[in-house]
Amino acid sequence: MRFFAFIVVCLTGALLLYGTGEFPDWGDPNSPASLHLSNYYIENALNDTGAPNFVTAVVADYRGFDTMFETAVIFCGGLACFLLLRDFREKKDHYYRHIPTGVILHVKDSQKPLTIGKEFGYMDKDWVPPDLIIKTVCRILIPFIQIYAMYVVAHGDYSPGGGFQGGVIFGSSLILLAISYDLKTLVKRVKERVLGIFAAAGVLLYAGIAALCMLMGGNFLDYSKLAPLVPWNSHHNIRAIGMLGVEIGVGIAVMAVMLIIYINIVSEGRHDEGL
Amino acid sequence: MHWPIDIIVLTFVIFCAIAALSVKDLLGTAILFGAYSFLMCLLWTIMGAVDVAFTEASVGAGVSTVFFVAAIFRTRRRTKD
Amino acid sequence: MSDVLSLIVAKYNYWLYVILMMIGLYGMIAKNNLVKKIVGMNIFQTAIILFYVSVGYKRDATIPILANAHDAHGATAIHAADYINPLTSCLMLTAIVVSVATFGYAMALAVRIYQRYQTLEEDELRMRLSEE
Repeated sequence: MRFFAFIVVCLTGALLLYGTGEFPDWGDPNSPASLHLSNYYIENALNDTGAPNFVTAVVADYRGFDTMFETAVIFCGGLACFLLLRDFREKKDHYYRHIPTGVILHVKDSQKPLTIGKEFGYMDKDWVPPDLIIKTVCRILIPFIQIYAMYVVAHGDYSPGGGFQGGVIFGSSLILLAISYDLKTLVKRVKERVLGIFAAAGVLLYAGIAALCMLMGGNFLDYSKLAPLVPWNSHHNIRAIGMLGVEIGVGIAVMAVMLIIYINIVSEGRHDEGL
Repeated sequence: MHWPIDIIVLTFVIFCAIAALSVKDLLGTAILFGAYSFLMCLLWTIMGAVDVAFTEASVGAGVSTVFFVAAIFRTRRRTKD
Repeated sequence: MSDVLSLIVAKYNYWLYVILMMIGLYGMIAKNNLVKKIVGMNIFQTAIILFYVSVGYKRDATIPILANAHDAHGATAIHAADYINPLTSCLMLTAIVVSVATFGYAMALAVRIYQRYQTLEEDELRMRLSEE
């Protein structure tokens, strides 16, 4: 098997290396890829869309249809993880910790759950005492990560960044909460239903803005027709504002999907204990 | 010209890719794969594709590694090859 | 001699993408562990992304963000050769985000397979499947 794989890989590599001989030189400004369409984008993106970052202009405006279905792909990824792993059965045995004494209780009868409060605390099976330094540092750090994520989304058309990156950063800040405390804390604060609604609402916000352009008399995703909705906007950058709305939708969807995938993988779909 | 940096990073990238595939501990694979993604992100910053680099830094080096570690936490860590 | 050197400088990035692609393909075919196969798939994906970004690179060009966009002097002439190709960046940005969705999905599948068969090694899996 290995030998066979090695031969296949070597053949493919030889074929590809032979193909590179015909390529234009690396970094050649006159290579065919850089001569036709991309020059139009570079020269006209600011006039057309009002966004100085060409990549965001192409992603959210020129190729907005592409990005919409790509957000749908992300949504489907989260949905597939949910359907594969989610397990609604109650677990048989629970572990509790008696807080004043630190005694660990193992309750095998699931009919009589103990009330969690001042006296008893919930506990994972492989439980380690939460580290004070890690908890404190993460608690201070998380709001700043979230503000940075929002900055990334909001400045998508001026600097590198946009909905995807901002959404991923926001999602990872919440994953950090789950890792530094425990999964129960995260699931209690961010309900599963809320995550599902967010994931769908992000895609719907994108498609809704696009459909709104149709209702206002333009084409699908033609943001310039949204101008009557923002009358206080005196600059000619209505398309940049439409792009911002779309990016916010993408950010919400990506954030929720990242959390859905993480929670389902780490708890095998039971949403009770994890890393 | 920045080709010396380019060549150094490319060497590290290939080293990390081979190491990630040949280590017998899957947690080691996760970390080496994160390092691989981060070096890739560095490479794309050198080539000027900052948006791609930013995405790779947050997605490839950040969230992918977390998913990887979570999956290893729920499966086995040792592997035969 | 200088011919060879200029050839190397002009092409080494493409050669390295081919090498990375070979590594990824080998991992996908020859490795026994499913998680290693997923890693091989991801290396393959990044190799393709590296190829696209290399195609979009231009010598002596800057990042694809317009300089002095809101200058008081008004818009100056924009030369397309001054900025690297935004189109390849855009395509690869979407590719990376899709790759994380597939990666998460693949990991979920691996966890599910482990739940059912208690193994991730391909030969053991085949044995279990034939037993059933």
